[in-house]
Amino acid sequence: MGNYRANLVICGGTGCIAGGGAKIRDAMQAELAARGLEKEIGIVMTGCNGFCAQGPIMTVYPDGTFYEKLTPADVPLIVEEHLLKGRPVEKLMHKDPVLKRAVPAMHDIPFFNLQVLRALRNKGLIDAEKIEEYIARDGYMAAAKALLQMTPEQIVSEVKASGLRGRGGAGFPTGVKWELCARVQGDVKYILCNGDEGDPGAFMDRSVMEADPHVVLEGMIIAARAIGAHKGYIYVRAEYPLAVSRLQMAIDQANEYGLLGKNILGSGFDLDIEIYQGAGAFVCGEETALMRSLEGKRGMPIPRPPFPAVQGLWKKPTVLNNVETYANIPPIILNGAGWFRELGIEKSAGTKVFALTGAINNIGLIEVPMGIPLRKIIYDIGGGIKKGRQFKAVQLGGPSGGCIPKELLDTPVTYEDITQTGAIVGSGGMVVMDESNCMVSVAKFFLEFTTDESCGKCPPCRIGTKIMHGKLKDITEGLGKPGDIELLQDLAQDIINTSLCGLGQTAPNPVLSTIKYFRDEYEAHINEGWCKAGVCRPLTTFYIDASKCIGCGACARVCPQKTVSGEKKKPHSIDQSGCIKCRSCYEACKFGAVKIGPGSLKQKLLEEAEAAKGVSE
Amino acid sequence: MPGEARKLTVEDLKRIKEEHRATFTLREGGYRAKVTVNMGTCGIAAGAREVMNALVEELSASGAKDVIVTTAGCGGLCSREPMAWVEIAGQPVVRYCDLNGQKIKRIFKEHILDGRVVEEYALAVGDETSY
Ligand SMILES: Cc1cc2nc3c(=O)[nH]c(=O)nc-3n(C[C@H](O)[C@H](O)[C@H](O)COP(=O)(O)O)c2cc1C
Repeated sequence: MGNYRANLVICGGTGCIAGGGAKIRDAMQAELAARGLEKEIGIVMTGCNGFCAQGPIMTVYPDGTFYEKLTPADVPLIVEEHLLKGRPVEKLMHKDPVLKRAVPAMHDIPFFNLQVLRALRNKGLIDAEKIEEYIARDGYMAAAKALLQMTPEQIVSEVKASGLRGRGGAGFPTGVKWELCARVQGDVKYILCNGDEGDPGAFMDRSVMEADPHVVLEGMIIAARAIGAHKGYIYVRAEYPLAVSRLQMAIDQANEYGLLGKNILGSGFDLDIEIYQGAGAFVCGEETALMRSLEGKRGMPIPRPPFPAVQGLWKKPTVLNNVETYANIPPIILNGAGWFRELGIEKSAGTKVFALTGAINNIGLIEVPMGIPLRKIIYDIGGGIKKGRQFKAVQLGGPSGGCIPKELLDTPVTYEDITQTGAIVGSGGMVVMDESNCMVSVAKFFLEFTTDESCGKCPPCRIGTKIMHGKLKDITEGLGKPGDIELLQDLAQDIINTSLCGLGQTAPNPVLSTIKYFRDEYEAHINEGWCKAGVCRPLTTFYIDASKCIGCGACARVCPQKTVSGEKKKPHSIDQSGCIKCRSCYEACKFGAVKIGPGSLKQKLLEEAEAAKGVSE
Repeated sequence: MPGEARKLTVEDLKRIKEEHRATFTLREGGYRAKVTVNMGTCGIAAGAREVMNALVEELSASGAKDVIVTTAGCGGLCSREPMAWVEIAGQPVVRYCDLNGQKIKRIFKEHILDGRVVEEYALAVGDETSY
């Protein structure tokens, strides 16, 4: 292999491929060849880089220039200016939303420089399909150490000492789980990886599986050695085809190289790993349901104990860990528990990956030291709220989690502190909401999801979530009654107390936490017929405040119904009889002149208009 | 029978790691020396491409894995182009001017590999801002 003077790292994650990442690569290859630069400049396609909202993206090394939102038409310009003449193309570079200027180097971009990449250490850096690139980054050295230099007890105690907790949602200490299973006698044990990732909006695990599939295998090899398992399965949902194919490629390469199979690295230890594709049911991410699904049965949870560490897959001792949990294992083995604990605080050691999304400027995948305050994630890494709006809440933990309001933005991201607020760290979904989000609708969205996904085994979950969802629907449609809030809270408690698995035990959380922090919104819906965010149409009337309207006509231009009218430079008005409450005028107005009133205002305004017409006739 | 599968040992892992490290020295910034060729319009007009080609050739031939070659825009002194500068960890930057393919090959051998500044070709030492 020759030496390149520069490398172009193009993101090949699902998000960027959908945005045209492969076209950028093809155009770049053609352009480099046309200019005879193909021997000087290398192209690498990596897994998800995490900065999905700005894709397709490309980083030029060694200078670290970061280009975003590329199209094939930009390629000749980058080659000519940057690669040939050494002048980075400023207009295609990342713009910092706070500073509003081009920032040339990756380490100058707050989105990147506040992050610490451990689980994602190879993201955007290696070619996911080449095992050599993984090995070049110390890949399989931790497995070698665990197999050749450590006893299973030593592995367990290192992982225990690191304080690593499961990244799949429940946060159970990983070393403790391994120890439980290691102590059980048995010739046949299983090591499983949970790549189901069912939380809506979450894509942490997919990114790891796509960008760095070998790290999952290496984590599993080490765990298998610790507990004495010789067969492993990776459970991945079939909706993740790229993750499945990259993992399969990685398994094949590892088998070929003797890093899986018989006598791994000459250690005498054997391990086979297979992929099992799930059909994408949320409940199949729950450990006991996942194991039933793997056995070929209907994916439904069963009571614990016995815990899977004692009786799991096919009633054999089994350890199941999340993808991100496994990604943390190799560096712990190589660098030690003390190194791992350098980041994070006490009971929340290390880093956590989050899928940051919603009403925020920088959407993407981030990895931060645990203990970082939410405010830093949202305002520094996330670049603040889109369109200069006001922050309202951040939702953590998806359908099992809750919303955290403005007053609690300084909460550090630790398992304990986040649980204290009524949300959970969960698997890492982080959805930011602004003033235009209705919190009752947010709760309704999650309950609709859990109602659909409840497996139906426990009546409190099956029926209870349906009743809760129905009540929330009523409230958003103007059919809410006094007492509904209390009814929701009562039902929630019953469902939590009487459901078998985590699905039912946490499904009411989004409702409880929104009632806790945004009770006034529930009350305004029920008592005033008013959705102040203007989301629930029956509870909203859009009108123009004549004292604020300068008559620019922006609202009239965007109205699909042509119901906004007025003379130029004079206050406009909305004809309520034609308004479909699509919000377009509200979004278009730069002067805050379009207002949101209660649903009943519509009738009043219609009557006023009628009366005015009568007078003028 | 298909060919016997390649079973790795720890030694093989280390070897593969070494072999592929060069791919990453660039990307991780873990290099010992860096040569930057000024490739502004003036530099290219004066022959910077020839300098760059010679440099990449020399680098590949040497097998050095801890040296990277990169480009930058105009060096500011257009009349002395082609220009380049050499950075070696822990030493002040050296700027060279009036280069051609032959000169850069000599700089590569003497300065980068052997650590002796080629004074005849050097314009100045030190960073522009640190005088
Ligand atoms: C309804 C439900 C869905 C779950 N979905 C997932 C999932 O998609 N991925 C995951 O890793 N864990 C999921 N879990 C958590 C698993 O039951 C289990 O705790 C986890 O996989 C263990 O791995 P860890 O200790 O490494 O986190 C889910 C739990 C419940 C109750």
